[in-house]
Amino acid sequence: MMIAKKSISFIVVIVFTIFSNFSFAENKNQPEQTLGNPVDTQEEIDAYIQHHLQDAHDFVLFTNGNTGNHIGFPLPIIIWDEELHFFSSSKFHHGESVAESNGKYYVLFHEKIYRTDAEGTLTLDDHNHPTNVRPLDFSITKSVVGMLLIGTLMLLIFGALARDYKKGPLPTGFSRVLEPLVLYVRDEIARPNIGEKKYRNYMSFLLTVFFFIWFLNLLGLMPFGFNVTGNIAVTVCLALFTMIIYMSSGTKEFWIHILWMPGVPYILRPVLAIIELIGYVLIKPFSLLIRLFANITAGHVVVMSLIALMITLKAAFGPVVSTGMSLFLTLFISIIEILIAFLQAFIFTMLSSLFIGMAVAEHDHH
Amino acid sequence: MDQLLNDFSLGLFLVQAFILLVLIFALRKFAWRPILDALQIREDSIQEALDAAEIAKKDIEKLQSKNEKLLDEARLERDDILKEAREASNQMKEEAKEEVSKISDKMLEDARNAINTEKQAALTELKNQVATLSLEIAEKLLRAKLKDEKAQKALVDDFVKELNLN
Repeated sequence: MMIAKKSISFIVVIVFTIFSNFSFAENKNQPEQTLGNPVDTQEEIDAYIQHHLQDAHDFVLFTNGNTGNHIGFPLPIIIWDEELHFFSSSKFHHGESVAESNGKYYVLFHEKIYRTDAEGTLTLDDHNHPTNVRPLDFSITKSVVGMLLIGTLMLLIFGALARDYKKGPLPTGFSRVLEPLVLYVRDEIARPNIGEKKYRNYMSFLLTVFFFIWFLNLLGLMPFGFNVTGNIAVTVCLALFTMIIYMSSGTKEFWIHILWMPGVPYILRPVLAIIELIGYVLIKPFSLLIRLFANITAGHVVVMSLIALMITLKAAFGPVVSTGMSLFLTLFISIIEILIAFLQAFIFTMLSSLFIGMAVAEHDHH
Repeated sequence: MDQLLNDFSLGLFLVQAFILLVLIFALRKFAWRPILDALQIREDSIQEALDAAEIAKKDIEKLQSKNEKLLDEARLERDDILKEAREASNQMKEEAKEEVSKISDKMLEDARNAINTEKQAALTELKNQVATLSLEIAEKLLRAKLKDEKAQKALVDDFVKELNLN
């Protein structure tokens, strides 16, 4: 375990050194920026929360509202725009300037990269969305950093658990905490839903997804401002994986039941087939991805809004009462969020195994 | 919905799909498979141990009942042997007693015969002695009594008287 701990801290150090110049803040005084004016109006708070919920191209720990200084480190930008562009996000200066790469100009607008010209002009449509070209953005964003962090962590701790079994049948130390969790996923989620015969084939996916979602949810509750599982692209990816797995492992019977339901009048069968197909291809994955996305996003919004109570209620109750209320409510919701972090991971895995179970089930009747 | 679609980043989606795939396969190789195998082996060994204990318990029970049976048989045999031995000894005793009584009877008989013979002999001896003595006494008496004529004559008279009476 000591080795694992050491290697984790080693990796953290590596991450910090790779994306070096920790404080890459340039003392740029922008006269139009609210000088000496921290985030304290309702609009600013809303904008701040909106900003937090989105992925970020650099890792900002603190922002000094007075000077416009950002404390944090930049992340690498990788975009595919007819050719590969690779540069540091510090070029964007937190969205304040146009970045040039191989003769092309890019600008960051609401944490999305658009191709632009040297002046950085953006043409906005009715919905306030830029109409500029959005290149394919493979950047190591904050969410990707979070995923890599959790992925590495999982490899380390579960690798250690696996190595522990080589020494003897009973794991020691921290692995003892992990073993019941693995057993829980196997015995409470996979086995009852998929069935004794086939559950083993899906264990790798279910275990990975369960711990991936759970750890990322918990990471979102930590004070680095990660919001990975509250990102629609991430939940879409997870749900799509589940969909591909249960659709590809469907038995002959499963497909017969979807496409040509026995025991139903022939006229109804094509109608049923369409409904079933929509159900399996669209509705089920959609329910998975929206449930996770909405729960985590809502949790982040509520926690941040409650923290913001400190400011919004200051006028009405005075600084002490508003701060106290804010802290108490935030603490309360945070505890619930810890529960939700587990619950959503559980529900996602549970439903995934349920759908897989439906696809691989062997019916004895008919 | 429009907001959601706008927020959806294809790049992030692809990067995540890649990370997730790598993670699933890496974890499968380095974690899940060894962990699940180890757990399976452990569970199997526990089950085996429990089964073996159950079998051992049954064996012990079987052995115990067998021992019980053997003990019972041994007890019965012992009883039989004891009984036989007792009978044999009784018989021997009986036989010995019979022998002894036979011998003693015979000895008694012999002794009795010897005594009788001795007694007869003694009696005959005694009779002879008494006869001799009484003859001698009678001779002496007669001699003494018939020393004078008168006595002889009296005696003859007595005889004659007696003869007359008859």
